[in-house]
Amino acid sequence: MRFDTPATSNPIDQLKVIGKPTDRIDGPLKTTGTAPYAYERHDVAPNPAYGFVIGAGVAKGRITRIEVSAARAAPGVVAVVTTLESAPLPNGPMNTATLFGGAEIQHYHQAVALVVAETFEQARAAAALVRVDYARQPGRFDLAAEARNAKPVPGDSGEGSGAPPEDRFGDFEGAFAAAPVKLDETYTTPDESHAAMEPHATIAAWEGDRLTVWTSNQMIAWGKRDLAKALSMKPENIRLDSPYVGGGFGGKLFLRSDVVLAALGARAARRPVKVALTRPLIANNTTHRPATIQRVRLGAGRDGRITAIAHESTSGNLKDGKPETAVQQTKLLYAGANRLTALRLAEMDLPEGNAMRAPGEAPGLMALEVAIDEMAERLGLDPVEFRIINDTQVDPEHPERHFSQRQLVECLRRGVERFGWTNRDPRPGQRRAGRWLLGMGVAAGFRNNLLTKSGARVRLDSGGVVTVETDMTDIGTGSYTIIAQTAAEMMGVPIGKVVVKLGDSDFPASAGSGGQWGANNSTAGVFAACVKLREAVAQRLGFNSAEAEFANGQVRSGNRAVPLGEAAGPGGLVAEDAIEYGDLAKRYQQSTFAGHFVEVAVDVFTGETRIQRMLAVCAAGRILNPKSARSQVIGAMTMGVGAALSEALEVDKRHGFFVNHDLAGYEVPVHADIPHQEVLFLDEVDPLSSPMKAKGVGELGLCGVGAAVANAIYNATGIRVRDYPITLDKLIERLPTLA
Amino acid sequence: MRPFTYERARTPAEAAAAASRNPGAKFIAGGTNLLDLMKLQIEVPSHLIDVNGLGLDRIEATPEGGLRIGALVRNTDLAADERVRRDYAVLSRALLAGASGQLRNKATTAGNLLQRTRCPYFYDTAQPCNKRQPGSGCSAIGGVTRGLAVIGTSEACIATHPSDMAVAMRALDATVETVKADGTMRQIPIAEFHRLPGDTPHIETALERGDFITAVILPPPAGGRQFYRKVRDRASYAFALVSVAAVVQRDGTGRVALGGVAHKPWRVEAAEAELPRGAKPAMAAILDGAKPTHENAFKVPLAERTLASVLAEARG
Repeated sequence: MRFDTPATSNPIDQLKVIGKPTDRIDGPLKTTGTAPYAYERHDVAPNPAYGFVIGAGVAKGRITRIEVSAARAAPGVVAVVTTLESAPLPNGPMNTATLFGGAEIQHYHQAVALVVAETFEQARAAAALVRVDYARQPGRFDLAAEARNAKPVPGDSGEGSGAPPEDRFGDFEGAFAAAPVKLDETYTTPDESHAAMEPHATIAAWEGDRLTVWTSNQMIAWGKRDLAKALSMKPENIRLDSPYVGGGFGGKLFLRSDVVLAALGARAARRPVKVALTRPLIANNTTHRPATIQRVRLGAGRDGRITAIAHESTSGNLKDGKPETAVQQTKLLYAGANRLTALRLAEMDLPEGNAMRAPGEAPGLMALEVAIDEMAERLGLDPVEFRIINDTQVDPEHPERHFSQRQLVECLRRGVERFGWTNRDPRPGQRRAGRWLLGMGVAAGFRNNLLTKSGARVRLDSGGVVTVETDMTDIGTGSYTIIAQTAAEMMGVPIGKVVVKLGDSDFPASAGSGGQWGANNSTAGVFAACVKLREAVAQRLGFNSAEAEFANGQVRSGNRAVPLGEAAGPGGLVAEDAIEYGDLAKRYQQSTFAGHFVEVAVDVFTGETRIQRMLAVCAAGRILNPKSARSQVIGAMTMGVGAALSEALEVDKRHGFFVNHDLAGYEVPVHADIPHQEVLFLDEVDPLSSPMKAKGVGELGLCGVGAAVANAIYNATGIRVRDYPITLDKLIERLPTLA
Repeated sequence: MRPFTYERARTPAEAAAAASRNPGAKFIAGGTNLLDLMKLQIEVPSHLIDVNGLGLDRIEATPEGGLRIGALVRNTDLAADERVRRDYAVLSRALLAGASGQLRNKATTAGNLLQRTRCPYFYDTAQPCNKRQPGSGCSAIGGVTRGLAVIGTSEACIATHPSDMAVAMRALDATVETVKADGTMRQIPIAEFHRLPGDTPHIETALERGDFITAVILPPPAGGRQFYRKVRDRASYAFALVSVAAVVQRDGTGRVALGGVAHKPWRVEAAEAELPRGAKPAMAAILDGAKPTHENAFKVPLAERTLASVLAEARG
């Protein structure tokens, strides 16, 4: 189905199932521990051996020797595979670091060997006997030091967030120089880890030259493509299966070393092999969100109108890597006649930086939305009002391009009312309760809506059961449920009559899970397949498909009503289609918007920040399932709290690695850190997004939260910290002197 | 994890004897720290002596008016004990500030004292560490040091002791009771139990080979108002940046021990004379001689301000 004109009325608009807060259909499996995650697929490959991955102990250099004889002789060892046995495996198009192969070490904890044994414990014990000698080379590990060598580069997060190396509109320098009120500040964000609960894990089994991997991956089609390339195989000889994913956040968008090493290990061991990356490997062996240094300049008239806006970001990555596209949102979020955005990249020798939830916007808004807060104060304006004054309903650089929907102002106004924003004292450091300094902060949330092809197959059996098959993944987001809701709505059956099968590369390729594009695109693909299935049902019954009504498990036309199962007949019916998009996304800017409101308390003695309240008001098209959408947003808000207050991969700048490479040292928020969170969704349908009229929320919920926390800390204390995370050591010297 | 042999001891003396016989032996009780370290091959015992069956899980009144806490009393039970909550509130609060409910259910009194450091370099076996591999060097010095020690450090080690409980024990002047294979018992004051790193950071306590901890003894209640303030980057399940265990009397005198600043719970009795004059002079005396790094220099004002918070609450 080609979608190139705005959606008109369709069966989804009935909203009998879609739009209703619906429990996850996979919830009972999850809560009873019976949803099998990759490492727990005990039934798929009998008698597996266990692989243990060894990571390099240096960040840059060459391996001179690997001594494996002691490991091979250790109890239970079946095989040892070392990186010296093959050339570097070719990477997929979106990755730079070599996953395995060759003597060159590009980053710390790069996989250098796999030990395969009868038990996990034996593999781990034998791995400690492998001796690797390196010729170390000096590396570049300090972004602040390397920034001066950074070069202008274009950016593409791979999740639709792109920007040229330098983008100019109007005369930024002239307008900035002439502006009566100005701001020029630099903000820094640290390297961050996805830190998903489930580690990267794979079971691999060969049958002749055919390979099956049961793994944990967000993007099945990319994974199949990249695995075929890495192993020089035909894609049709590979099957990936990933029905349950215990969190991804972008860390599982790509093929990682667990997959290739399970495959190579299984080939060497001549039996299935399972591999999970240990927690320390996840920080340094996989990808992470790269650190940024961002300069924001704003110029405005005394009326509060922005006349000049510039956002420049520098990040680092391995050779041929990509920059963090932190400036992208600044092209679209606020009006202003004179604009400059720029991306620079420094070549470095830390592990590969790549997409993490809302790549670009998440760190970009942590800078921009603090700058906006600072500018509002300089102008003597309420920060909400300042944002409203500078709202734009068109792409500022291409005024003929309207936003398909843009309710940022409504999000902010609704939030003001709901949060009690007017109780905020604009003078910082004024509200106090006992030892706590209290403050409120606000930030705009912005994230683009991305349209990408997505396919599905739908089966109807003689019992009236509708089965959906697509390689779409559910990474904890609720895909199973919204896909079931879509099929139920389209076919006129209760949700209990729908079976959803996901994550198998033998199913039609979908949009996958990334860039908050999963919900809208994958359900639109299911919509397309269901339209075809409805036509097939109507045709079989001799109904005019345009007039046939699907409701209550029946298909009705005029006076005739036939149960769906009967219509399907003993052989059942199958339909397959994909949603494909025309140029609506070019003609209109499709984005999602939020107002994030946060209240914090800062301990006047110690500088500890504790979040008191959070509110997100979101405008993101039709909300397919308010219950799972809310879960997405509160989870994202929690991630935003982590980014604001505690999460940072600490770089050892001498030896080039992330030191705090476990969940004790990399501190994500715990339950005690997160107070009441409220989420409001504005009524919105976006007929330009897809037949579902939906957009995404999973990243919107994160975008802007960190800045809202930072702004609240400023309001509480009068201390402006421009270096994330805002830990107490950055506050303590400037807190009030104690009596 | 390397292969190891395992036995269950039936009496404390038998446990001590088994340890004397096996140079590579370790006692295991809750295993909340030891097993993690074994998986990473930071601890590589050749033999484990399981002491969970020894009893030693009672909290009893002593003739002197104190409490004798069995070595195997679980952290959860100790924190919940009515006498502890009433008379040694600083201990109960310290325990509840540590770890998580699940870990406290398993972790024991003696095991808590014997926790290893959380220095990140100790945990990465590709990096040198004098504590893990004596003589290999300290990779923390000059590296990421934000969480590490500011006082009592050496050229060989700047790690901290991670326990909360031990900090409260230090403020309470507890005594560690041990037994040897021949039945000889020792009473080690908590002040002398943990060591500073010096040139031998791998030797962390005054225990000798074969010493088995049977109990921790608390003297009669210290009275006063008792506080445990743990400052950390998140609200729960994090190690202290700085913690303050304090017993403050009505007249403003009292005791203070610090966590998160040194290789052992840090207390300077002589400095406590400054307490009635306030946090600033008191902490200046307690942390006299501190040598923080650039990254952890904040711990010095943080300790002072945390003590000020405690003293303000004590007055209030």
